Amino acid sequence: MADQREPTVIVDDAHVVYRVHQAGSAGTGSPLASFKRIVTGAKPATLREVHAIKGVSFVAYKGEAIGLIGTNGSGKSTLLRAIAGLLPVEKGAIYAAGQPSLLGVNAALMNDLPGERNVVLGCLAMGMSPAQVKSQVKEIIDFSGINERGDFSSLPMRTYSSGMAARLRFSIAAAKKHDVLLIDEALATGDAKFRKRSEQRVRDLRAEAGTVFLVSHSEQSIRDTCERCIWLESGLIRGDGPTEEVLKEYEAYVKK
Amino acid sequence: MSQTAVADSDTGIPLRELARRHGLSAAGKLPSLPEYSRQLWSYRHFIASYANAKVTSSLGKTRLGMIWQVLTPLINATVYYVIFGLVLSTARGVDNFVAYLCTGVFIFQFTQSVVQAGIQAISGNLGLIRALHFPRASLPLAITMVEVRNMIASLGVLMVIVLAFGEPITVEWLLVVPIFLLQSIFNAGLAMAAARLGSKVADFKQLVPFIMRIWLYGSAVLYPVSKFAEKLDGWQLAVVEANPLLVFIDLMRHALMEDVHLAASPLVLWLEAIGWTLVAGLGGYVYFWRGEKGYGRG
Repeated sequence: MADQREPTVIVDDAHVVYRVHQAGSAGTGSPLASFKRIVTGAKPATLREVHAIKGVSFVAYKGEAIGLIGTNGSGKSTLLRAIAGLLPVEKGAIYAAGQPSLLGVNAALMNDLPGERNVVLGCLAMGMSPAQVKSQVKEIIDFSGINERGDFSSLPMRTYSSGMAARLRFSIAAAKKHDVLLIDEALATGDAKFRKRSEQRVRDLRAEAGTVFLVSHSEQSIRDTCERCIWLESGLIRGDGPTEEVLKEYEAYVKK
Repeated sequence: MSQTAVADSDTGIPLRELARRHGLSAAGKLPSLPEYSRQLWSYRHFIASYANAKVTSSLGKTRLGMIWQVLTPLINATVYYVIFGLVLSTARGVDNFVAYLCTGVFIFQFTQSVVQAGIQAISGNLGLIRALHFPRASLPLAITMVEVRNMIASLGVLMVIVLAFGEPITVEWLLVVPIFLLQSIFNAGLAMAAARLGSKVADFKQLVPFIMRIWLYGSAVLYPVSKFAEKLDGWQLAVVEANPLLVFIDLMRHALMEDVHLAASPLVLWLEAIGWTLVAGLGGYVYFWRGEKGYGRG
């Protein structure tokens, strides 16, 4: 039966290294120190390497929803960004069907523009045609529920609460059928009512033959949406399997 | 549970082979240039509405709103008129110095604002880039479109100024359109090159004001072109007179004004303008495309 399943994302021994340019720690901030470094050709002290993902391999199949769990700084978001093709892999490779879309809570749209125009802009940026956008705008705004307390969609996004903005962003990204949708903590925002709706949407997206990755610290939302779970710790996979089993191990680890 | 297994535990075939068999493509692979151009074309509506959104959001908080598009070049021209026309009254052997000066200032400003905005096209939009997938060239192109729109307003103001200072309307004014088109393409190329440079080396942004100032003095904006021929000769003069902005400014002066001294014959200037447009337009585009997969990292 394994051959019947169609892989959508293959991560083959992937390593991700961040190179961080640091604004002056002690002794590197003066012009003289910078000059000396350039003259002597020394490696800048301000450049540091962080090995965030240290060789991760797994295969994700069509129709799966996979939860990524792990303590803070374990590399979950980094892995998502690498799958989305936004971070280069140092070693190994990541293969994906189509173009994975990353949906994060800090995905910035234009704050000075009304929500409605942001919806149009976001849809166009996802590659929809103007006609498609036109037919979708109302649906997206209704789904986000930002108009529940008056006509907010015509107000600039900077006037929105953080929950409202996150809801709108999720609604925009979820409006399109993605082959692979990567969600970073997006379901954690929003009230219980919206969470329920968005979980339903994630299930719909899966039914439309996509694969969904979900990074969340809410065990409940992972339990509700994902049947498979990957547990990352310090850039390595510590567990990969059915959600219940992995979560049990993870809980035991966290309580220690 | 093994962490280094490179084979699918279910089927036992290597992952690379599995990916190939199912036609999966490696993340972060650069599309070919024709493919990229095709993608970019399908995002034309995004580029247009993004440019619109940029104008609205930058002027949205001001009281006068869109009036600023006309007001900015007017104030700009007034400042130069007051300083050079009234205070210094330096005609320096040019008939109709105000028209001469304003043409130079406006044409130069067009390229200057595109370069300045282009530097930030990628680095200022990291949020958008990290969230959504679209051909990144959309951003510098949208910025160029914003400035093209501003320039259309500026050109209107410029024509009024030139008329007010006694230049007649002639058939040659029609040449404004092709000059404007060439310069827009030239600017788009510069915007894309600047966007990639600005995204790779943040230091570059600090240098831009100086580069633009040197370029300003080298483009005979504030003084007559003939000054170069008086002071320089040989290859130095050739270098200065091949300056693309000097070429565009000279052509525009030639189109709008009677009896203006040019750096070279109009035909030579036209050929130079077309050459520069091709070099900058194509060069900037290819250079930007080569870096496509690197934007948004960090």
